[in-house]
Amino acid sequence: MSAPLLEIENLTVTFPTSRGPVDVVKGISFSLGRERLGIVGESGSGKSMTGRSILRLIRKPGRVTADRMTFDGIDLLAQSERQMRELRGARISMVMQDPKFSLNPVMTIGEQIGEALLTHKKLPRSELKARVLSMLEAVRINEPERVANLYPHEVSGGMGQRVMIAMMLIPEPDLLIADEPTSALDVSVQAQVLDIIDDLVTGKGMGLILISHDLNLVSRYCDRILVMNSGEIVESCKASDLNKATHPYTRGLLAAMPRMDENRDELPVLDRSTWTTGAGT
Amino acid sequence: MKNAAIHLESLSISYGKTPVVFDVNFSVAEGESFALVGESGSGKSTILKAISGLAPDWTGRISVLGKPRGHAPDRAFAKTCQMVFQDPYGSLHPRKTVDDCLAEPLAVHGIGGRDTRVKDMLDAVGLDQRFRFRFPHQLSGGQRQRVAIARALMLEPRVMLLDEPTSALDVSVQAEILNLLKKLRREQGLTYLMVTHNLPVVSFLCDRMAVMRHGRVVEIAEVDALKTGRLSDPYSRELYAASGGTLQPA
Repeated sequence: MSAPLLEIENLTVTFPTSRGPVDVVKGISFSLGRERLGIVGESGSGKSMTGRSILRLIRKPGRVTADRMTFDGIDLLAQSERQMRELRGARISMVMQDPKFSLNPVMTIGEQIGEALLTHKKLPRSELKARVLSMLEAVRINEPERVANLYPHEVSGGMGQRVMIAMMLIPEPDLLIADEPTSALDVSVQAQVLDIIDDLVTGKGMGLILISHDLNLVSRYCDRILVMNSGEIVESCKASDLNKATHPYTRGLLAAMPRMDENRDELPVLDRSTWTTGAGT
Repeated sequence: MKNAAIHLESLSISYGKTPVVFDVNFSVAEGESFALVGESGSGKSTILKAISGLAPDWTGRISVLGKPRGHAPDRAFAKTCQMVFQDPYGSLHPRKTVDDCLAEPLAVHGIGGRDTRVKDMLDAVGLDQRFRFRFPHQLSGGQRQRVAIARALMLEPRVMLLDEPTSALDVSVQAEILNLLKKLRREQGLTYLMVTHNLPVVSFLCDRMAVMRHGRVVEIAEVDALKTGRLSDPYSRELYAASGGTLQPA
């Protein structure tokens, strides 16, 4: 087996509050090869913070510490801001939740995608244009020529998210972090977008971290799953073994989800007192 | 057959010059729980808004509990029919306490005994009395949605319009709110008209559903058809498959 792409040991993210520092991620460790890893948890479980800290996107006063955080042999914590900028996008990139807020409203889609590539690589114009169009085609956008000249407000949410994916994948990164890439989309579009991510990731042999609150969705698209709760990894299992999950929190989450052929009279509710320390519902 | 709680006849709704909903007909029996499903922009929330009077630009007929609904705001109507909105972070006044929020509908309608009514309602939606004088920002998402449901129930309406009541919440909190809605309906004999895009939620809470697309109802089905995957319209089947269901021949 080859060396892991990403290795994280004892990652902690801390924010100061008026009542003293609060750890939102509490010393988690995992490693990732060229595979699809899902991180699942509810709001406030620290899943997004984990994703962001890999790209060192946590701003002050937040603090990230880890015993070890390496990506392809590079120590992420020792990199300068400038070196990080070279990594971001080119080697590791991130798809955010809502295309409405993540795309630049005053640039056309073609320009934006082109910019993502041009930042890391000098290319002649004609070649750049060809790359952008073929990337748009890869994310299954019909008439790429027309769409490249549109502004973000002129396309639908699903198309916007596909544009984001195109933008993130055009520099051909080794690792893609997708933070709730489909929660702002309709169910029927969700599947399309995830299929596209899946095709491109497996086709190029990239690593994928899919962050989501939806257990079923993650189990459909990932090889391995980490379940997070209040900053800790409570369960780590193969996606296919999700039904055999043992931790009460994972089991609780699975049971709390209504099913398509629902005939339970009442849904089981998590007994939060066992894990949470803060004020839950 | 019981009386219709909500009856819509050739209802078309527009926002200004843009028509949004075209010729919708259905009725919801008293005590029934009916779902409207479809993608964003299919006009499902607009129907709720028209019924509650928030989208006054409609033609056709709307009647609730046998009484036709006019286009103007209607105080008596508010007592029979109330709406719960999607986002509990946006639907509560940030500078009013839970107590203010729950007592206001009573004050508007000149109903007395507010103190005990507020207390009873907090119990009914499963909120501790200590939350009574808190502000929305001091509550979690699930607690806020309980307050929003409590507010809607203060006037003891018989019909509830629910606009994606759980889509802004985590799964475990969603389960709590769904249980609460089911319990309230059983205890108070409420009629629900619920908008959602989550088919498993329909399966848990509803008796019938209408699938909408581009402002039209394409199929009205019993929930059993959903549970067994025997929907007939191609679009409903597509939606069902996208939600992770296994299709059966119709």
